[in-house]
Amino acid sequence: MSEQTKTAAKAGNFNAKKFFSDNAIWAVLIGMVIAMNFLIYARKGAWVFLTPNNIRTLFESESVRGVLTFGVMIAILSKGIDLSTGSLAGMVAVMVASFVQPVDLSTRVLTSGFSLPSFVAIIVGLLIGAAVGAIMGAIIAYTKIHPFIATLGGQLICRAVAKMYSNRPVSNLPDSFRAIARVPYATADGKTSSFPTIIIVFVVMFAISAFLLTQTRFGKNIYAIGGNDQAARVAGINVELNLVLVYVWCSTCAALGGILLAARTGSADASTYGLQYELDAIAAATVGGTSQTGGICRPSGALAGILIMGVINNGLVLMGVDDNMTNVIKGLIIVGAVVLDMRKNAGKK
Amino acid sequence: MSEYILEMKNITKEFPGVKALKGVNLSVRPGTVHTLMGENGAGKSTLMKCLIGIQRPTSGEIYYDGKKVEFGSPAQALEAGISMIHQELSPVPERPVCENLWLGRLPMKNKFMVDHKKMVSDAQELFDRLGLDLDPTEKMGNLTVAKMQMVEIAKAVSWNSKIVIMDEPTSAITESEVEHLFKIIEDLKKKNVAIIYISHKMDEIFRISDDITVYRDGEYVTTDRAANLDVDKVITLMVGRKMGNIFPKVDCPIGGAILKVENLSSGKAFHNVSFELHRGEILGFAGLVGAGRTEVVETIFGMRNKTSGKIYKNGVELDIKNPADAIRNGIGLLTEDRRGNGIVGLQSVGVNTIIANIKKYGFVLNKKKMREDAQEYSQTLNVKTPSLDALIMNLSGGNQQKVLIGRWLLTNPDILIMDEPTRGIDVGAKSEIHTLITRLAGEGKAIIMISSELPEVMGMSDRICVMHEGEMTGIIDRKDFDSDLIMKYATGKIEEGATA
Repeated sequence: MSEQTKTAAKAGNFNAKKFFSDNAIWAVLIGMVIAMNFLIYARKGAWVFLTPNNIRTLFESESVRGVLTFGVMIAILSKGIDLSTGSLAGMVAVMVASFVQPVDLSTRVLTSGFSLPSFVAIIVGLLIGAAVGAIMGAIIAYTKIHPFIATLGGQLICRAVAKMYSNRPVSNLPDSFRAIARVPYATADGKTSSFPTIIIVFVVMFAISAFLLTQTRFGKNIYAIGGNDQAARVAGINVELNLVLVYVWCSTCAALGGILLAARTGSADASTYGLQYELDAIAAATVGGTSQTGGICRPSGALAGILIMGVINNGLVLMGVDDNMTNVIKGLIIVGAVVLDMRKNAGKK
Repeated sequence: MSEYILEMKNITKEFPGVKALKGVNLSVRPGTVHTLMGENGAGKSTLMKCLIGIQRPTSGEIYYDGKKVEFGSPAQALEAGISMIHQELSPVPERPVCENLWLGRLPMKNKFMVDHKKMVSDAQELFDRLGLDLDPTEKMGNLTVAKMQMVEIAKAVSWNSKIVIMDEPTSAITESEVEHLFKIIEDLKKKNVAIIYISHKMDEIFRISDDITVYRDGEYVTTDRAANLDVDKVITLMVGRKMGNIFPKVDCPIGGAILKVENLSSGKAFHNVSFELHRGEILGFAGLVGAGRTEVVETIFGMRNKTSGKIYKNGVELDIKNPADAIRNGIGLLTEDRRGNGIVGLQSVGVNTIIANIKKYGFVLNKKKMREDAQEYSQTLNVKTPSLDALIMNLSGGNQQKVLIGRWLLTNPDILIMDEPTRGIDVGAKSEIHTLITRLAGEGKAIIMISSELPEVMGMSDRICVMHEGEMTGIIDRKDFDSDLIMKYATGKIEEGATA
């Protein structure tokens, strides 16, 4: 017995092999960055990939999908899925944008004269997201229908509601609102530049979701529910309530994504905003090692997944690869990543 | 030709970091039942996996029917005449019994069309031949676990193999079906089929075995005729030391009533069940599989809705709607289905230990305290694990069970319900768990223990409630324990009226 207790006592020790196996995805990311760097140099004859400006562009353009990913990864962890995030982001983008449009604008979407302060509009937008999530979550948890179906319904309805809400783009958004994505300032030489607050929001959302999953009771509950919901129930966990919270979280992330998208571009369009973002988010989470069978998810892996997708998107644009070819490459990488990941997990058993 | 149908010589199997088999042997004579014995983790299952090609041995030789063989997959082994009944069932619940039976070898009308008629008639013929009362067109999912197990047995027999491996075939079936299985085994023996039998149930083993081979910690201990061995000898060989009394029952003072159940019913599962549970008491629940015992405790624990009746704790009526309510009221339930609703396989031993108590660590978890608690309980319960961070699914059944017991002790329940606490667990761990149950009762906890093993329930309990088809047919005091009486109640053959 003393032998086992001794080994059990060593438990806190660093396990290098496990560390490298868990974080192999970061090695893949680094490898891709290096490869992309040289490929782009070969094509362009200049080192344009790893420049501060391009790195900033990459992060800015991945932030919205990244925030969606932090939501959907928790839904996938709980053995569910959320197909509504893209549409919901579009719907919230349009609604929040309409709240903050200047009152004197002739092309204003809302004809009644009120306009909300930006801060309040953002809160309202997040609450709309949370409410949609609560409805979908309650349907999933209490009627036991498959999340795929519940959120597919949500996807269709959100997109349609967005289009009914405004059939034309909502533009001319004030700087006070856009500050959540970018803060313009004048540089020393008289030009205007902007500070990318969107990246700060992205990083903060990563920190919050990592904290939720690894440090809180909610997180442990979701790991248990995704791993074995019956066992979780027997251990006294309120499975239904936790599932509702999962979709509230996921939809709130989607709403924030929509708000960031509107703020970054300064307008919102019901028919295109957030279109197919849900699939990009699912892809990033999956490439990042979140298992579709539930119970497995590492926030840092999802972050790496987001960046890998970003490197591909950004790099292939710089190389001048056309859209279709980009999608072929992305498709191969997603499927390949999952095959590799499954082989790794199979080896553990 | 040699005397043996199968010889496995000097088999070793290494996994990264572990030597699961260290040069073990097995020689099986045709037309005999050869039982493999050993604690969980002794290497029996690994050896069988090496035999039928699920795993490849690192070294060693296998001779089958006089020829050296090496199977690359279970399909090849089946082709050659070795079939296996796995411990874990893998039914396709939505499809009929006959499709499950012929899965992978469906009778065909022509190249493209399945012959449905032949599928049913062949299945019926097989069931008739084996004397099984099964409907080939019934949906697999509607069958009880016991019946599914019988389908599995029929499936293995239907291959007309020369060797049939049975891994714990009786763990989920009723007494009468066990008798049936033994008859099937006798018939197979007459046809010169060899049976490799894995089980932990001593009485069965000595009834049917011709030869017994014992393994311990991946090493070959000995092979002998069953007639030359007895229970004590085998246990000593298995654990490498003498075991104490099998059931360490200690009489401890029994306090006042803590739980009172009155006329409890839940749909069709059981009706009008009433009993009292006292502090320091171990109340056994005996009965055949399907008698409704599990359903009763699930209802008390809030996993199942009651349709009528009342539950009181310390004289106060409880309104338990879900397990969380039950835990709040100081009730714990160690469930029967360890994999299904016990362990969270993908999580660590540590997390699995504290999960039922997670509300105590705050919303932002106090990880240090969690770790200390997990450490304390895995030490007290002597859980054999490389570390608290190891995934629980990699532990043996006995150690998983100890983790789950620790999980409940950590919630500090007054009432601990244990549903088949030692099913599928090796002798060493079993006796540790028995000792633990006795100790808990000694500390004044009230314990309900469901067990389908009569010696266990009789050895451990202060009183035994017996159930038959959803009715409580009797409550027996320890002084009146008698296996015939219990079986009479359990089979519903009561003449003199229930003592309840």
